[in-house]
Amino acid sequence: MRTLDVSVVTPDGPVFEGTAEMVSSKAKSGELGVLPGHIPLVAPLTISAVRVKKDGKTQYVAVSGGFIEVRPEKVTILAQAAELAEEIEVNRAEAAKERAERRLAESNQNDLDHARAEYALRRAINRLDVAKHR
Amino acid sequence: MALRDIKARIDATKKTMQITKAMEMVSAAALNRAEQNAKRFTPYMDKMQEVVTSIASGSKSARHPMLASRPIKKTGYFVVTADRGLAGAYNSNVLRHVYRTINERHQSPDEYALIVVGKVGLNFFKRRNMTIIDSITGLPDQPSFADIKAIASKAVGLYANETFDELYMYYNHFVSAIQSDLSERKVLPLTGFEGTVSSNAAYEYEPSEEEILEVLLPQYAESLIYGALLDAKAAEHASRMTAMRNATDNADDLIGQFTLTYNRERQAAITQEITEIVGGVAALE
Repeated sequence: MRTLDVSVVTPDGPVFEGTAEMVSSKAKSGELGVLPGHIPLVAPLTISAVRVKKDGKTQYVAVSGGFIEVRPEKVTILAQAAELAEEIEVNRAEAAKERAERRLAESNQNDLDHARAEYALRRAINRLDVAKHR
Repeated sequence: MALRDIKARIDATKKTMQITKAMEMVSAAALNRAEQNAKRFTPYMDKMQEVVTSIASGSKSARHPMLASRPIKKTGYFVVTADRGLAGAYNSNVLRHVYRTINERHQSPDEYALIVVGKVGLNFFKRRNMTIIDSITGLPDQPSFADIKAIASKAVGLYANETFDELYMYYNHFVSAIQSDLSERKVLPLTGFEGTVSSNAAYEYEPSEEEILEVLLPQYAESLIYGALLDAKAAEHASRMTAMRNATDNADDLIGQFTLTYNRERQAAITQEITEIVGGVAALE
């Protein structure tokens, strides 16, 4: 079966490098599945899980937004933060979620802090979701 | 100087030397790791650059405020310094240059705003009553992206909401363990994409170029800032290492001089005693 190279890169270094038969991600415009031979494409991602499928197994990677760059034989995901499902520290994600919820409750609706807390909460929930798939 | 005093000076200098030597080794280790961090960051930055360039240069239709120059009413300065001294000319290099530049370019404090990294820089500008809109201190020796995300996105946000209309960055660029150069870089508006046509520019954009630029450009600008910070950190460790090595060498020289004086004094004292004894014996005969 044809495969394509996949790399997930963050400012703190590469998080995932490997090959896959299919990469699914959640772009801002909707679910996006990439098979080998896809036309070159760039799309922004939501805070979500990227799924890398190979040999019937699926590797989950939590990404905090960023974007995906697709070439016929290579997929690159550039995100400011990304974690493999196995490497997520559930305790820390739980703590981050609680902290964000508390801030959300304290801050004003139209505040910048409010938006920031909401964003942090979404990231924490995403990490917890992804951590279930290990 | 009495013998005892010289001995005390020698001991004191030896202790100082031990400390500076230890600091040199700590900085050398930190420098090593800082270089690795910079290396890990490179693939991200390269890829980012590639995609941004292909979008920004490939399309005439895509326009974004971060790519367009606008009339300058206020200039932002992003200055990177260390939290501590003992790093040779590391801090003063940057600060002197920024101070002079601001005084040359601007007549009133309304025309500029500073974003400062590091305690030394913060104190310097505070003492001179300059406009500081944001600062961060106490960064770890090996900062991760999460450590500076907040200040980087704030800097980009202040440009986006037109608090200032251009952003310059000043930091020490790491050249080698014994050399770092002052770097002045215009971060925003983003420029330098014209003419550099990338080979594989034929991307499809989902949903549209404009919306991708909306996500991409702030992320790109933030990574420029992070890259500069990593560079500056490496320069800081290198600078501190060199300063401490010089201090150790100096201490070594001093100990040599003091030891020489000490031996001379001791010899002089012995000679004097002998002379006195000989004199005493001669008087008895």
